Amino acid sequence: MSLMGTRSPALKEKNTKAELKRQRVLLIIAALFVVYGIVFYYLPLFGWIMAFQNYKIKDGIFGSEFVGLRWFKFLFSDQTFIRVIRNTLCMGVINLVATTITAIGFAILLNEVRNTFGKKLVQTISYLPHFLSWIVVTGIVHDALSINGVVNELFVNLHIFDEPVSFFSHKEYFWPIVALSNVWKETGWNAIIYLATITSIDPALYEAAAMDGAGRWQKIKHITLPGLRSTIIILLIMNIGNVINAGFEVQYLLTNGFIKPVSETIDIYVLTYGVGKMNYSLGTAAGIFKTFVSLVLIVLFNFIAKKTGDERLF
Amino acid sequence: MNSKQKRKVQMSKWDWAFVICNTTFMVLFCIVTLYPVLNTLALSFNDGLDAVKGGIHLIPRKFSADAYRTVFNIQGIKQGAIVTVARTVLGTLLALAANALLAFVVSRKKFLFRSSLSLFWVITMYANGGMIPGLVLLKALGLTNSFWVYIVPGLVGAFNILVLRTYMEGLPDSYEESAQLDGAGYITIFVKIISPLCKPVYATIALFMAVGHWNSWFDAMLYNRTKPEYTTLQYELQKLLANVMQQSGNASSSGKTASSSKVTPVTVRSAATIATMLPIICLYPFLQRYFVTGLTIGGVKE
Repeated sequence: MSLMGTRSPALKEKNTKAELKRQRVLLIIAALFVVYGIVFYYLPLFGWIMAFQNYKIKDGIFGSEFVGLRWFKFLFSDQTFIRVIRNTLCMGVINLVATTITAIGFAILLNEVRNTFGKKLVQTISYLPHFLSWIVVTGIVHDALSINGVVNELFVNLHIFDEPVSFFSHKEYFWPIVALSNVWKETGWNAIIYLATITSIDPALYEAAAMDGAGRWQKIKHITLPGLRSTIIILLIMNIGNVINAGFEVQYLLTNGFIKPVSETIDIYVLTYGVGKMNYSLGTAAGIFKTFVSLVLIVLFNFIAKKTGDERLF
Repeated sequence: MNSKQKRKVQMSKWDWAFVICNTTFMVLFCIVTLYPVLNTLALSFNDGLDAVKGGIHLIPRKFSADAYRTVFNIQGIKQGAIVTVARTVLGTLLALAANALLAFVVSRKKFLFRSSLSLFWVITMYANGGMIPGLVLLKALGLTNSFWVYIVPGLVGAFNILVLRTYMEGLPDSYEESAQLDGAGYITIFVKIISPLCKPVYATIALFMAVGHWNSWFDAMLYNRTKPEYTTLQYELQKLLANVMQQSGNASSSGKTASSSKVTPVTVRSAATIATMLPIICLYPFLQRYFVTGLTIGGVKE
């Protein structure tokens, strides 16, 4: 450091130049990727202008007429869009809560399994569904829940239902179905990270607790869950922004005419009106709203985590 | 040893109850996970008309492989399979190379623009243009209605760079320094020294990319809807399933896929589902050790 201080600015500049020359290859690679990044990630942000225009494909971004906030005003006075926001946020929150709780619960229970082979086997089976596509998973869900599907068969035989229920023609079942589909697909996968955290908790803590006469439940409550706290917070912050993205594929693939009012999400709205009806301006405005909500949620959650003295993303 | 034995003796009634409940839960969990897959497998090998009667669980009642014959004769599925294999192989290799190269640059501790370059990519994680601006851009670049729309737009992604960078930063500097003393350039260091050390993380990232390519259908629908020659397997499966879902309301489900009496939508769809799942299930046991390590490397960190 002191050596640096004695160097003249001219020498420093010369050093930087020499370093630049030495790093020429790195610079070229970085520059190429920056060009790629600008084109594929930053240029679409420039496309946000369309939301403030009456965009016509033949006129393009530079020729279309500006209309100010017209599309945003339209969106927020559109009953469909309001309902779509509600659907998206509700399903997003339900999914996030359901998948987080089941993953933590599964990780804790799996950690209690003492048989190493059994534990490995269950875990291997548990993350298989993560690798199946939503097309396959929704196909399976649709099958299982159909009138003569396995769920109805089971529940009728167990006399829980008097007669088979048509799950896809009742609005009130749709959100739970989406949550359960997510739980089925992701529980084992999401549990990996929690299980890794549990394994890294100091075993001495458990031994000490056992000495003091703590039971299984007390050990979970006072050692495991506090040990998981920071992981849970970090993952929640990382996923909270996705609440607004939550689910496009499941809803799109499982929906039908009956349940459309509760199944339509922002992405489906954009697909229907933006792409389908070629109203690019409206679709872009809805997309901007989505990005905005997602950023607000991330910053807000990060702020709360900071206040409560927890780990945070930034 | 002694204390362990002691604890075993001390296992109370409640402990036993817990162990039994927990084991039961784990068994049920596995059943709930595996049953739908095995049921689909059983259906796919059953005779079509017989399957419509229902009641098939884990074993086909009347064995028949006709559904598979039908599936593999659907033109869209054949073409979709070719395109999907091509995009999975090419897309994974190119994206892995690109992400690794960029991560290598960002992870060089002496690199002059290290932090600004990182920031440039981190921003892309949060500021997302959205579906429509993306579509307009891809149209303007002439990437829609082409095979390359599957490869180029997702080539580099901030999340993959972060995971790879974190791993590369964990490698000792001394390798690079000694190689530089021997006169090796950055490209040589990347190819000959860093990459071989990164095999585990490369495998993880490649696995994620490959699964992503294999399972994707939305890009095929959005960008190549009018180009049947660029369809993908999952998109074809989606069309097949949507067809069935619509028909399931009608009393007689005899769509065009069920023109032959021996195959019905139920079995055809099951066969198509199994066929698209098969490669993943076959590779799964070999690859699963990689993603657990990979996830713990890149997951929580940053």
